[in-house]
Parts: sequence; structure tokens; C-alpha cells
Amino acid sequence: MGHYRHDWIAFSTILRKEILRFSRIWVQTLLPSAISATLYLVIFGRLIGERIGPMGGFAYLDFIVPGLVLMAVLTNAYSNVVTSFYSSRFSRYVEELLVAPVPDWVILAGFVAGGVARGFMVGILVIAVALVFTRLQIHSYGVTLLVFLLTAVLFSLGGFINAVYADGFDDIAIIPTFVLTPLTYLGGVFYSLDLLPAFWQNLSLANPVLYMINAFRFGLLGVSDIPVGVAFAIILGVIVLLTLYSLHLLRHGVGIKS
Amino acid sequence: MASLWRKLAVAVKLPQRAWILLVATAATGGRPTQSRAGNEISPPPPARVFTRPASRARAKSRREVSRLSKSLVEKYSGNNQFNPVALPLQVILSMPALAVRNLAKVYRNGHEALHGVDLTVTEGDFFALLGPNGAGKSTLIGIITSLINKTEGEVRVFGHDLDREPEAVKACLGLVPQEFNCNLFLPVVEVILNQAGYHGIPRREAGSQAEYYLRRLELWDRRGSQTRLLSGGMKRRLMIARALVHRPRLLILDEPTAGMDVEIRHIMWTFLRELNAEGTTIILTTHYLEEAESLCRHIAIIDGGRIAESVELGGLLGRLKTEAFVLDLKGRPARLPRLDGFALNPLDDHSLEVTVTKGNSLNGLFAALSRHGIEVVSLRNKRSRLEQLFLTLMEGKGAK
Repeated sequence: MGHYRHDWIAFSTILRKEILRFSRIWVQTLLPSAISATLYLVIFGRLIGERIGPMGGFAYLDFIVPGLVLMAVLTNAYSNVVTSFYSSRFSRYVEELLVAPVPDWVILAGFVAGGVARGFMVGILVIAVALVFTRLQIHSYGVTLLVFLLTAVLFSLGGFINAVYADGFDDIAIIPTFVLTPLTYLGGVFYSLDLLPAFWQNLSLANPVLYMINAFRFGLLGVSDIPVGVAFAIILGVIVLLTLYSLHLLRHGVGIKS
Repeated sequence: MASLWRKLAVAVKLPQRAWILLVATAATGGRPTQSRAGNEISPPPPARVFTRPASRARAKSRREVSRLSKSLVEKYSGNNQFNPVALPLQVILSMPALAVRNLAKVYRNGHEALHGVDLTVTEGDFFALLGPNGAGKSTLIGIITSLINKTEGEVRVFGHDLDREPEAVKACLGLVPQEFNCNLFLPVVEVILNQAGYHGIPRREAGSQAEYYLRRLELWDRRGSQTRLLSGGMKRRLMIARALVHRPRLLILDEPTAGMDVEIRHIMWTFLRELNAEGTTIILTTHYLEEAESLCRHIAIIDGGRIAESVELGGLLGRLKTEAFVLDLKGRPARLPRLDGFALNPLDDHSLEVTVTKGNSLNGLFAALSRHGIEVVSLRNKRSRLEQLFLTLMEGKGAK
């Protein structure tokens, strides 16, 4: 039992440290997503959305809420891990973990849990903002929470890998700007897949964010462009791949050991 | 409990006279007795650090202890020079704190930092690792502490193999790195508590450990300060407190007193001596050879990625063929005499450098100078003896 207790204490220490880190700088970490969500809901939901009319059988404002929530969750989960782990490499305090008897999987789990915690807190904030504009209905609590959790895990893992390979602070901004944002916007946050021509519909299926947003939309509204089972299988498959790759990087000390 | 079993396993093989020591060691909990007079800070109860040595490895450790003890007892039995007081039973019973075999490191850029390094450090030792810049000291320490991947070789810490039981090795180690590597925005106490957490110490216990070491290193009043606001000396003490919070059996310090003022350096030396006397094996690298000479019992000199010397300090110093002193004189001597066994070299009007060849006494020097009307006011070493020896060794290597 000894080492399970040891691993639990080490894991909870990393998680606690991560939560304190983003809580101390909440103006930089938690607030921006709430402000962005407010602007999206006012501009796209209220001002433009009323002229667009219903989408997928729901008012446009209601249709975009799931996407906005999940967009906030995934960007924050990613940002938290990439910033925190890269900072620990840059300032070399990652060595505190490397010299301690903490297994690689506990290090990874601790940072990922930190990303999930921030994603969860921001997600709750965005939902709170959305409730000002509309009445949120939840079709399936189980699906909603599971997608919420799995999305945060997946993007936390992505952030971790980005942090391992980053050589400078510029490198931790490149992926969110040039990869994450386009994938999110093209993942069906603001539109239904039915609106796209067949070619673009097929191309969109290669975008993993599409599956998450649709599965989350199913959890909240009960509608999805993608079968939910397929969405879960793809999300879980990507999580497994990213986890194995992250553990491989840690095991070989890529980016953290000479 | 494991310690008790180890002792019992070995006891049956000990000659009768060693039994007395066995009882004495068991009574002191396997650690040397040491007065803590003058230290008003009570140590907290030992932290529960969970390690995960595999049972197979434990059995192997016991076999190794048994084999080592047997060979030592055989070696010393019947030897009139065997002094049971000078060779504590703990040394007989214990395996090396650190055993490095054929360690090599080639960096990705092709630089060969270590070439088959062999090194053994006994438990309870105070060991200095010396060498010029770029000799491989930091690479060696980095590999032992899992911060650098080795290319080849074997590292064992208290019998645990770094490749097979990395967590067990890490649980035994504490590292004070050369450069400050704490999170600059965390409060001092939080740094210590986090490190304790990484070692599996519950937060409540970690609190008392943190308080004990922060008080002992005179940082308790700054416990709430962000680490970036500490002075250089405070930062170094913080890293020492952080390295000790899980009570490591082997503490490795990479230039622990670099940048410290003289007073703090001496406080630090006292602290490290106490720590060693309490049973912690200490390895340090330093550029202050006076520090190594003052603190350490064994030294290894590493150069060009190879161990050039690894010996007991007293024996090494005995190899000095000459020793240099500076004499401050009363008045300016009219002329300097020629003295057998002493080379005199005037530094200025009132001071003289004297190189004394081994075997000549200073009394003879003073008598000869007095006969020539030269009065000596004071005397000091030109450089520490170790420094002199180190330079000689390095020059010798350069000449080759």
C-alpha cells in the first residue's frame, strides 16, 4: 500500500500546486475566457444570431453555447499545461520532480489534472455567463460531464507534448494560434456540418475537435452531426495515443534531461 | 526493521569482539551518537518516506551486506592494526552509499564528458569531488541524481540500482544544485512543502519538517517571502532545506557555499558537519579547496572525465613534497640568507615567501632566520595544502 499512498501524495501535491498557480493569477487565467464568451454571446448570439434564425432545430444562441463552453475548456486546459510545464523547464524547477521518487505517470497525471481543473473552472464560468443570456437545458448529464472531462484531458496532454518540445515562449504560442484556434473554429462551434458542401464536410471529419463539440452538443441539446459513440471512440483513441507518447517522452527525458 | 534483519544476518558471521560493537550500534539506532548541545531546535520525528524497493532487490541487498561484512571481518581478523573504534561497525555492516562503475557519458553533440568513471563513497563519509571547470563533476552528479541520462555504466545508491529501482535511489538522495532552481514566485515554505509532497510525506508531517530545517538554516522568518526576493545566500540555504526535507541518507551539494559571505560560509560548514555527524553521507563539489580540506575525509579529483585520484584526505596531503608559507617580518632584512631545505623569496619589504621541503621543521627555519637578525611577526599558509596539492596534480597532468 505504501507506494500507492506515496504516489497519491505526490499527485495531490502537483495538482495543488497547479490549482494555486492559476488561481493566484486568475485575472490572466480565468477571467479572459468569461469575457470572450460574453462577447461571443452578445455579438453572435444576440445581435447577429437573431437574423440567422434557428440552427439544428434550436435558436442560434442556444446552438453555439455548447461550442463556446467547450472552446473555453480546451483552450484553457491546453494553455495551463503548456505554460506551467514549459515554465518549470525554463526555470529548471522541473528538477524538483525529476530528483524525487515520483513515477513518470504521476508527473503526467498531476499536470493533466491541473489542466482539467482549470478547464473545469473556466467551463463553469462560461456556463454561468451563458445562463445570463439563455436557459440552458441539459439533455444528458453523463454525456455532458464525460465529454467535458475527456476534452480537457486530451488537450492537457497536447499542451504537455507542446511544452516538452518548446524551445522558447514563442513555441508555446505557435500551436494554439496556428493549430488550435483554426481547428476549434472549423470544428462546428458556430455552424452545423450540414451547412458545408460535401467536400468540406468530409474534410471536417478529420478534425478531432468536431467530434468533441458535437458530442458535447448532444449532451446539452440532444443533437449531433456525428454519432456520439463514434465521437467517444475517437476521443478515447486520441487520449490513449497522446498518453503513451507523453510517457515515452518522460521516460527518455526528452526536453528535460541531457 | 530491515536494518535489524541486516544486523542479525551479519551477526552470526562476526568474531566475538565485534559482538560488543553490534550491541552498541543497535543501542544507538545504527547511527553514531552525537551531542546536540547548543542546538535548541528539536528535530521533528522522522518523516514517513515511502520507498518501493522490490523484494528481490531487498534480498540481494541483504546478500551483498552479508558478503561485504564477511570479507571485511576476514580481512581484519588477526590483524593487530584492527581498531574497532576507528572502524565503526556501521562501516562494516553497510554497503557503499554510492558505487559508480564504468560510467560514461557522451552528449548528443559528441562531447565525451565521462570516460568509464569508477567511484565508491562509504556510508557516513564526507566526500569531496574536485576538479577544474568542465572536468565532468556536474555531469557525474547529474547522472547520479537522474537529471542526466548516462550512456553506459552502473550507478548504485545504498545498493539500489539506478536503472532498475530509480525511485528507491531517488528516495535516498538529496540534491543541492549549483544554480538556483526554485519557482521564483512561490513562498519559501511552499517550496519545501512541495518537495516533501513529491517524496510522499503527508502535508501535516511536512510542516514540522519544513519548520525544523527553515529554523535551523535561519530562514523561518522569511517563510512567507517569494523566493525571488531572497538574497544569494538565502537562496542557497533554501535549496539545502529543500534537499533535506525528506531526510536523505546521501546529500549531494554542488558548490554549496559559492557566493556566500565568510560568516555564512562558516555557519554552513558547522551545519554540514552536524548533519554528517548525525549520519548523513555527504558528497560536495567545491572550488574552495580550503572548504574541502576543512570538511571532508575523502576526496576524488576528476579531470577530463576520469577520476585522477580517489583517496583519504590525510594520505593525499602526506604526499605534499613542499609547503609554501608567507612570513610577515619586522623590519626590512639587509639580505636574505641561503638555507638548506628552505627556498626564500621576498614578496615585498616586509614579507617573505618560504617554500619548505618535506622533512624540514619550521623551528629550524625560525632559528636560522633569528641567527641572521630577521624577526618574524606572523606566519600564514600561502594557500591551503589541498590547493597546493591540487595545483601540483593538475600541473603534473599538464606536463604529461
